[in-house]
Amino acid sequence: MSKNKIDVTHISRLANLPLSEDEKKELGSQLEDTLSYIQELNEIDTKNTDPTSQVTGLENVTRDDKPTDSLTQDEALANAKEVHNGLFKVKAILSNE
Amino acid sequence: MNKYTPVIGLETHVELKTSSKMFCGCAANYFGKQPNSQTCPVCLGLPGALPVPNKKAIDWCIKISLSLNCKINMFSKFDRKNYFYPDLSKGYQISQYDLPFGHNGHITLSNGNRIRIRRVHMEEDTGKLIHDGEISLIDFNRSGVPLVEIVTEPDFHDAKDVKEYLQKLRQAVRYLDVADADMEKGDMRLEPNISLRDKQQETSNILPNYKVEVKNINSFKFVEKAVNYEIKRQTEILDKNEVPPQETRGWDEIQQKTFSQRSKEDAMDYRYFPEPDIPPITFTDTQIAELKSQIPELPDAKRKRFEAEYKLTEYDAEILTREKNLADYFENTVKVGQDYKINPKQIANTIINKKPNIENILPATLVKIIVKAGQTDAMDEKKLQKVVKEVLTQNTKAVEEYLGGKENALMFLLGQAMKKLGKVDASQVKQLLVKMIK
Repeated sequence: MSKNKIDVTHISRLANLPLSEDEKKELGSQLEDTLSYIQELNEIDTKNTDPTSQVTGLENVTRDDKPTDSLTQDEALANAKEVHNGLFKVKAILSNE
Repeated sequence: MNKYTPVIGLETHVELKTSSKMFCGCAANYFGKQPNSQTCPVCLGLPGALPVPNKKAIDWCIKISLSLNCKINMFSKFDRKNYFYPDLSKGYQISQYDLPFGHNGHITLSNGNRIRIRRVHMEEDTGKLIHDGEISLIDFNRSGVPLVEIVTEPDFHDAKDVKEYLQKLRQAVRYLDVADADMEKGDMRLEPNISLRDKQQETSNILPNYKVEVKNINSFKFVEKAVNYEIKRQTEILDKNEVPPQETRGWDEIQQKTFSQRSKEDAMDYRYFPEPDIPPITFTDTQIAELKSQIPELPDAKRKRFEAEYKLTEYDAEILTREKNLADYFENTVKVGQDYKINPKQIANTIINKKPNIENILPATLVKIIVKAGQTDAMDEKKLQKVVKEVLTQNTKAVEEYLGGKENALMFLLGQAMKKLGKVDASQVKQLLVKMIK
């Protein structure tokens, strides 16, 4: 396996995880170990195996367009850190120039 | 004159008007509802909740695809689009990546330009964010509402074509009766991506090396303005031998300009992967044929038929087929009118000029009105001509003024004629006036 250096900073940002430099080092090498372990799958001959993204064998599991009961507003907001007039409140997201 | 050719593509999101959401049973119509009153563990993204796709929404997405001349992927699936943004509580949106329900279609515009449709896919809408200074507020009623995204190839070169395409698209989903596509309510949202190509590179067909996306525009007028503004803005940058930065912008209607709208999450890397909670979706030829058979006659076909069958002008046929209700009303009136020997052209004229309230006036009633008007017309035709002639000879000055381009003069003449005639159809008198002046 070609040992591509993993960009831990990039990955941690995508995962929304603030990591210290030490953590980045530690998790980086762990991630590399994980990847090389999974790489072992490449040794299996898959010439006669159809590609698939699932293993249940299920297909077309759908529901009819029938409305069912929802949670109440209070229930929906029960675990919110901050609430304002029935809305979830978070720190501003867009930075407009 | 201009050194650059605009290269424009469009992403359009259309909310379906199903009763329930895409992956759960919460009511889908969120307009005017108490915030966060139509949610459940699935659309709030609580751990352990299991999404189950809405069959009707999938069928409707297929119908939209078919009406846009798309091919259908007989084996399809949902995928996760991963990103952190508070309008998405799960940390990903369930969407479709490599196997959209529809692909490779097209819409033909009135000038013959063919706009290729790259893909039509199904996804879930996100929660609604209200930005208020230092904070953002979230209402998840909209989270999980079925959303169809229609993506074109970069085949537009001006704002006019963009507008017509959008009108056609809206007309199609309304004819299909799968979406209200009410722009003001946000049922339909438009995202043009715009760049300019140097005309010298025209033949190479290479796309520009940057792209500016204008997000979430909710009016055809704004999209036209935003596109024209971007063309101007980018021209100025390119003229300075610079390249406009690749970015997302918003449209500011008050200032009449686009503005940079950078998200704090700069690196967009969605890491799509197959949604493990939803097994794949497959279709049979019979199912697709069945859905196809349910598609009503669409605007273009209807317009052509109206021209041929009722001998209407393209202009009249276009107006009458803009909305299905009006087209149906016209045809019902034509049917009744046959018994009274009223030709379709007369009915078309009446509907287009008088704009009767089609909710209140039954086709039979409209026919009676036309019959009655026809009778008085016949009786008064001679008198009418006489009066108009009188008015014209008595008011030569006004006639000259009108011929000199003063539209108001015609209204004066009309007023004079109406005084003498009493209660008659003013538009008829006006027509006659114009005819006799020339």
